[in-house]
Amino acid sequence: MKNDVNGVTLAVFLFFFLAVTVLGFVAARWRRAADPLHLDEWGLGGRSFGTWVTWFLLGGDLYTAYTFVAVPAAIYAAGASGFFAVPYTIITYPMVFLFLPRLWSVSHRHGYVTSSDFIRGRFGSKSLSVAVAITGIIATMPYIALQLVGIQAVLDVMGIGGGDSSNWFVKDLPLLIAFGVLAAYTYSSGLRAPALIAFVKDALIYIVIAVAIVYIPYKLGGFDDIFAKAGDAFAKKNPATGAPRGALVTGPQAQWAYATLAMGSAMALFLYPHSVTAVLSGRSRDTIRRNTTILPLYSLMLGLLAMLGFMAIADGVGSGVTGYNGQLAIPQLFENMFPSWFAGVAFAAIGIGALVPAAIMSIAAANLFTRNIYKDLIKPDATPAQETAVSKAVSLVVKVGALVFVLTMDKTVAINFQLLGGIWILQTVPAIVGGLFTRWFHRWALLAGWAAGMFYGTWKAYEQSSPAQSHFGGNADMIPWIGEKGYIGLTAFVLNVAVTVVLTVVLRALKAPAGDDETRPDDYTAEAATPALPGPAVPPDTAVSPGLPEPA
Amino acid sequence: MPPAPPDPRPPVVTAARVTAALCLLAPFVALLWVDSYARLTPRFIGIPFFYWYQMAWVPVAAALTYTAYVLVRREERARKGGDDA
Repeated sequence: MKNDVNGVTLAVFLFFFLAVTVLGFVAARWRRAADPLHLDEWGLGGRSFGTWVTWFLLGGDLYTAYTFVAVPAAIYAAGASGFFAVPYTIITYPMVFLFLPRLWSVSHRHGYVTSSDFIRGRFGSKSLSVAVAITGIIATMPYIALQLVGIQAVLDVMGIGGGDSSNWFVKDLPLLIAFGVLAAYTYSSGLRAPALIAFVKDALIYIVIAVAIVYIPYKLGGFDDIFAKAGDAFAKKNPATGAPRGALVTGPQAQWAYATLAMGSAMALFLYPHSVTAVLSGRSRDTIRRNTTILPLYSLMLGLLAMLGFMAIADGVGSGVTGYNGQLAIPQLFENMFPSWFAGVAFAAIGIGALVPAAIMSIAAANLFTRNIYKDLIKPDATPAQETAVSKAVSLVVKVGALVFVLTMDKTVAINFQLLGGIWILQTVPAIVGGLFTRWFHRWALLAGWAAGMFYGTWKAYEQSSPAQSHFGGNADMIPWIGEKGYIGLTAFVLNVAVTVVLTVVLRALKAPAGDDETRPDDYTAEAATPALPGPAVPPDTAVSPGLPEPA
Repeated sequence: MPPAPPDPRPPVVTAARVTAALCLLAPFVALLWVDSYARLTPRFIGIPFFYWYQMAWVPVAAALTYTAYVLVRREERARKGGDDA
């Protein structure tokens, strides 16, 4: 691998990085509202984003730098099984079409900032809302860490930082700088920063993909050649295990795993705190519904991106290197294929692609902590200004935590936790999605089901071994009674629902107190025009007054 | 998935809603039935069937979701108009 720094590539990369930094700070003045100290402003961008801003924000949020590195890396490593990301991001939209508008409406009506706010209001249960909040926070932290891993991969291939050179400080300095800048503008501009930067990020990504999907096959002799070479590479048997490296189509034994992974991931995607944050920042119920019809454009891009994994094999990236880090395959392919200035654009796209979700995720985790742990458990009489101050500070803590995670632990730890994170988030589906449609489930039953799913999922994930690692070696395991391998998260979810249903029947028969429900049926279909209910959590008038000076 | 009764106002089952539900259901059936597309041929510009077929579902699913959106919105507006009258 060549690791000398290319001046042109680096200059282009730095240019874009500086441009988005300026944008990040300027964002504080964008659509500024009357009450910048309210958490709705910093943490939800004033709940004011229209269809297109929301589209860019959600796209920038869900299709992260780690996705760009990891999906083609999975294809590069094993072929077809890595392609589940495409069906997963297709079926997620018809699914969320049903429940996200309801979540938006009820949150608009009651001033909810997080999904746990909704749980508390719907079920009158702090223990359930705290459980959901903690699940969200611990699932998000490793995800932020993985964004930093994405930046690292780019920096590594560019030859700055990383590698095995010199002392730790010089090695990690570029990452520390990128990170410090990110933390500073998230702190000052809140959700407006990633929303504005997402425009640049997505424009760059689309350009890079469009060029890559035409130019690289042209240079490699067409898709026929690419897939022929990839097929050969996958057929080679691993001398250690005797199994082939991968396959071009999922074999009969892998189809359950493929489908359950797609289904489980699709169910979890929009329950991640950062998805909820972006959804609640939308201006209207229709904004959200329209987005479920236009967001699939990103899925198409993801599918094209996945093709790059095959191209990396055909190009011979990493061939002959034992233990080659597949995460570097795509950045390396770009460096091999593109002229240096365009490689700079591509690296900037990935690098900025990490900053947007990292910012939104840290805001989302901070909102959860502030609303559902700080306000609910520690200081119930906190003012909106205090909430904002706490949220800003926590967003820094969360990011520093992620940084420490990346710098001190092995990368596989972050990946293991992200795998667990998906399983964990899936266990909040019965409470959140169930709660959006029915009040039949009992709050204690939901809590017990959540605990059962969390325990089973974590335990089974821990038990999986692979040639490379003895624990967390994969996310599929035998499904009891069905006898096929399937996604652990989905099995845990079924167990979760079963426990919830059985205990609900029991608890209802025993007349256990069901808790207060502060929502009404028509809250779930409320439009933006419906006024928010009076109460402590109500957002202020979010009329835009551009000339107002920032008091902070 | 938990049971999903729509809002309690009558009538619950209408032709528009059934069509919308079918539009939303179709991608699940197509994509979760992996065996129906787990093969290499026919290829499209050299890309095995497995990949281009799933990618082709992106615009199809988007169009179906859009259809459902239009149907549901039209009906919601009709209902709201009915409430006001």
